[in-house]
Amino acid sequence: MRNGRSKLAVLAAIPLLATACGSGSDGADDSASGGDLSASLTGAGASFPDPLFQDWMHTYSQEVQPGVSINYQSVGSGAGIEQFLEQTVNFGSSERYLTDEDLATAADGRGCEALQFPVVFGSVVIAFDNPDLDGLVLDAETIAGIYSGDITSYTDPAIADLNPDMDLPDDEIIPVHRSDSSGTTEVFTHYLSTEVDSWADEYGSGGEIDWAPGLVGGQGNDGVAQGISQNPGGVGYVNQAFAQEAGLASAHVINADGEPIAPTLESTTAASEEAEIPEDFRFSIDGIGGAGYPIAGTNWIFTYTCGYEQAEADAIIDFWTWALTDEGANEIVAELGYAPLGDELKERVLAEIERTNSENEGGGDTEADADANAEDDSQE
Amino acid sequence: MVVAMIPLVLIVFEVTRRGIGVVNLDFVTQVEPPPRREGGGYAAGFFGTLYIMALAVLMSIPFGIATAVYIVEYGPNRLTSAIRFFTDVMTGIPSIFVGLFVYGLLVIGWGGMGFGTFVGAVAIAVMMLPIVTRSSEEMLRLVPNEMRNASYGLGARKWQTIVHTVLPAAAPGLTTGSMLAIARGIGETAPLLLTAFGTGLVVTTFQGDPQGAVPMQLYRGATQPFEAGIDRAWGAALCLFVLVLAFTVVARWVGSKASTNAH
Amino acid sequence: MSTEAPEAPAPEDPRRGTTLRSSKGRMADPLFKWAVASCGTIVLVILALMVLRTTTEAWPVFAKEGFFGFLTGEQWQSGNSRSEITGTYGAWPFIYGTLVTATIAIVIALPLAIMVSFYLTHMAPRRIAKPLSYTVELLAAVPSVIFGLWGLHWFLPNVLRPFFEFLEGVLGWFFLFEGPIRGVGYLSAGIVLAIMILPIMTAIIREVIAVHPVEQRMAAYALGSTRWEVLRNVVLPASFSGIVAAAMLGLGRALGETIAVLMLIGGSQSWGASLFGTGSSMASHIAATFGEATPESRTALMAIGVALFLVTMIVNILARVIVWRLGRMTGDAAV
Repeated sequence: MRNGRSKLAVLAAIPLLATACGSGSDGADDSASGGDLSASLTGAGASFPDPLFQDWMHTYSQEVQPGVSINYQSVGSGAGIEQFLEQTVNFGSSERYLTDEDLATAADGRGCEALQFPVVFGSVVIAFDNPDLDGLVLDAETIAGIYSGDITSYTDPAIADLNPDMDLPDDEIIPVHRSDSSGTTEVFTHYLSTEVDSWADEYGSGGEIDWAPGLVGGQGNDGVAQGISQNPGGVGYVNQAFAQEAGLASAHVINADGEPIAPTLESTTAASEEAEIPEDFRFSIDGIGGAGYPIAGTNWIFTYTCGYEQAEADAIIDFWTWALTDEGANEIVAELGYAPLGDELKERVLAEIERTNSENEGGGDTEADADANAEDDSQE
Repeated sequence: MVVAMIPLVLIVFEVTRRGIGVVNLDFVTQVEPPPRREGGGYAAGFFGTLYIMALAVLMSIPFGIATAVYIVEYGPNRLTSAIRFFTDVMTGIPSIFVGLFVYGLLVIGWGGMGFGTFVGAVAIAVMMLPIVTRSSEEMLRLVPNEMRNASYGLGARKWQTIVHTVLPAAAPGLTTGSMLAIARGIGETAPLLLTAFGTGLVVTTFQGDPQGAVPMQLYRGATQPFEAGIDRAWGAALCLFVLVLAFTVVARWVGSKASTNAH
Repeated sequence: MSTEAPEAPAPEDPRRGTTLRSSKGRMADPLFKWAVASCGTIVLVILALMVLRTTTEAWPVFAKEGFFGFLTGEQWQSGNSRSEITGTYGAWPFIYGTLVTATIAIVIALPLAIMVSFYLTHMAPRRIAKPLSYTVELLAAVPSVIFGLWGLHWFLPNVLRPFFEFLEGVLGWFFLFEGPIRGVGYLSAGIVLAIMILPIMTAIIREVIAVHPVEQRMAAYALGSTRWEVLRNVVLPASFSGIVAAAMLGLGRALGETIAVLMLIGGSQSWGASLFGTGSSMASHIAATFGEATPESRTALMAIGVALFLVTMIVNILARVIVWRLGRMTGDAAV
C-alpha cells in the first residue's frame, strides 16, 4: 500500500505544480511541469452532480491542464448510460451502475471491458421557506404522504407525532416539485420508492414522474425555491448545494435506524460510509442507518479499458485522479454540498481509474494489475 | 399610446441597468465559469451564435429572396399560390416544432448526425426562411410596374429586368427584411435546445458536437440559482440587445445607401 | 438601374455585356425561371418533410394512446423503453396551458396594437412618430429569452404580483381569479406574451394602415369625421384583413412561444381553471423535459409537437377564413 500512497502523492502534486507554474502566465507554458496534456473530452450523463462536474472541469482546464477541454452534457442518467454504450462520448456518468447486461453490451460494442467507479455522493434536502420549520422531523412515509396529497397540513397527526416538541404552523402544505426532468427528482423519488411501497406502486421513480394533482412545479432548483418562498406552507426538495447556498430551512429525515438526521456534509459522508461497497463498485445507498442522511445518491463514471487515443486516456485518468485527490478539487466538493469518497474507497477507485485504456496495447498484464489492486485493498 | 410603450422602455432600462456592469472585454473573450463564481463571460455563446448564424444566413436568405422573386415575377399561378399559402403557414409554425422537426430529421433520423452547429443552423434557417420570403415578397410588390415596363421597353429580358431593375429597386426593403429575419434568428432559443443542444465551451466542430449560443446560455444562466450566473445572464441580455440594435442600424445604413445607388 | 438596361448585359458580366438579344440571354430566361421556381418549392419540400418526419416519429404514441386519447388524456408518465411505448401520455394539460396563455395575450395585445399603430401613423407629430416607430421596430426584434429574463426577475416581483393580489382581492370570488397566487402561472405567462407580441403586431398593422391611401382619409376628415370615426369607419375596415394577418402572426408566436413561457408559466404538469394557477404549455413542456428525456419520452414530446403544429394550423386556417369572408363583406359594402 505504501507504493500506492506515494503514487497518490505524486498524482496530487502534479496539479499543484501545474497550478504554480501556470499562474500569472495563463497557464500557457507549463511544459516544465511535465503535465501538459492536450485533449478534448466529451462526457454525458447525470444532472445531479452537474454543478460539481462543471466546477471541476472549469477549474481543471483553467488552472491545471489548459490543453484539456472537457465538455460534459447533463442529459440524464439514462442517456448517460446509453451514450456511453453507443460510444458517442469518452465517458459516461449515471446515478445507477451498469448492470451485467449493460457490461455485456459494452464489451460487445467496444471489444473490451467497461469500467465503472463512484466519484461523489450527494444528498437531496427537504426544504422550507419558513425558518420556524428548520429541523422539522419527517420520515419517508410522511414525505410520501405530503407529495401524494394525503397530508395537507403541518398539524396533521403524522407530522405532529414526529415533532412533539415543535410549535407547528397552521399553514396548508404546498408541495413543490421539479418540473424539468432532473437527477434530483430521480434521487428523491428513488428514495421514496424504496422506502414506501404505496409510492412505488402509484408514482414510481424517475427523473420526471406524473405528480399528484395540485402540486406546484418549478423549473430548476431555483424554480422550486421560488415556489416554496411564494407560499407560506411551501415545501420542496432540492440539491443540497442549492439549499446550502440559498440558506433554506431543512427537514431532518429519519433514517433506517430511526435517527432523525440533518442534511450536512458529515451526514452525507456518513451515508456513503454506511454503504457496503463490493469489489465491482456496484452498490446502492438505500436503507441508510447510523449517522447517515437517508436521501442520498451516488454518481458513477464509466470508461472503457481500450479504444482511446493515448492523449484522451491520459487526460481522462489525470482529470478524475485530480478530481478525487487534489485539495482544491475536494474544497469544491465541500463548497457545493457534495460528499467526497472516503479514503479507503478513494484508493480503490483510483486504482480502477488507472485501468482506463489499459488493454489498448496487448493488455496482458491488466489481469495481474487488477489482482494486485484487489490484494492491496484487502490488506488495508 | 404611452401605456403601450412603457413595458418596452422598462425592459431596455432594466436590461441596461443590470447588464452594463457585467459587460466588459472579458465578457466576450472568456468562457463562463460555474454559475456560482464571478467573472468570466460568454465567449462560447458568442462564438456559437456567430457560427450558427453565419451558416443560417447562407442557407436562408438567398432561397428566401429567390422564392419571393418567383412568387412576384412569375406568379400568380397554381405553384406560386401554393408556395405563398405554405409560406404563410410556415410563419405560424412554432419554433419548438421546427426544433423537433430538425431533431427528427437530422439529429436522430435519416441523417443521424447528432447534435451540433450545422443542425442548429438548419433549424434557425428554417425559422428565417418564411420571414425572408414574406418580407421580400412585399418589397418586390412595391416596385412599380412602370419600372418593369420601362425595362422591357428598352429591350431587356425578364431575368435582366429582375436582376438589374426590380431587385436593386427593392434592395433597401430586401435588406430590411433580411435584417428582421436575422434579428429573429439570433435570439431563437427553443429550436437550438433541441438541435445545437448547448455547451459552455468554444466548439469549432461543424457537426457532431453540441454547440452553444448566447440565448441558450442566457436561459440556463437565468434559471440557475446562483447570483453570479444571473448577473452574467443580464450582461448577455444586454449584449444580445445591442447586437440586434447594431444589426438594425447597419442594415438601415446599407439599405439607404442601396436605395440612393438604385435611383 | 433601369436606365442602364439598354446597354446591358450578358450573364457572366452583367455590367459590361455586348448585346441584349444574345443566345445566352435567350437561354438564361427559362434557366432563371427554373432556378427561382425550384428555390420556391423548397418551402413545400420542407413542409412535407416536417409533417412526414414528425408524424412518423410520433406515430407509436398516437397508436397507443389514440389521437383523441392523446389530446384529452390528463396523465403524463414517461416510460423508458427503446422498442415500445410503455408510459402513459396525455397532452391535455399542456394544450390547455397553450390555449389559455395565447388567448390572454391576444385579448390584451390586439386592441393596444391597433391603437398604437393608429397613433403612430395618424396622430403623432412627425418628430415623435419617426423615432417611436424605430423603437417599436427595434423592440419587435427583442429575443424572447430576454422577455423571459426580465419577466421572471423584474416584472413578476415588481408589477405582476401586486397586481395579482389586487385582482384576487376584487375578483377572487370568480373562478378565473381564485387564489392562491403562485406568482408564476398562466396569467403571468399570458401578460408577458402580450407584451412580446405587441411590437410585432404593431409593426405589421402600422404598415398596413400606412399603405392605406391618404386621399380616403382626407376625404373623411373633409366630411367632418373625427379621428375616432376615421379609425373606425375608414381605416379599420380597409385594413381589416391586414389586422387579422397581424393578429394571426401574433397568435402564432404566442402559441408557439417557448422560452419566455417556460420561465413564467410555473411548469406543473396538471391544469386548473384559475388563471393564477401554474401549468405548462405544449412548447414549454417540450423544452423543459427534452434535455433529459428518454428516447421513448422524446417520441411523446414529438407527438406534442405534432399536436401543437395542428393547433397552429387550425388557427391559421380559421384566420384565413375570416380574412376571406371579411374580404367579401367589405367588397360588397364598397359596391
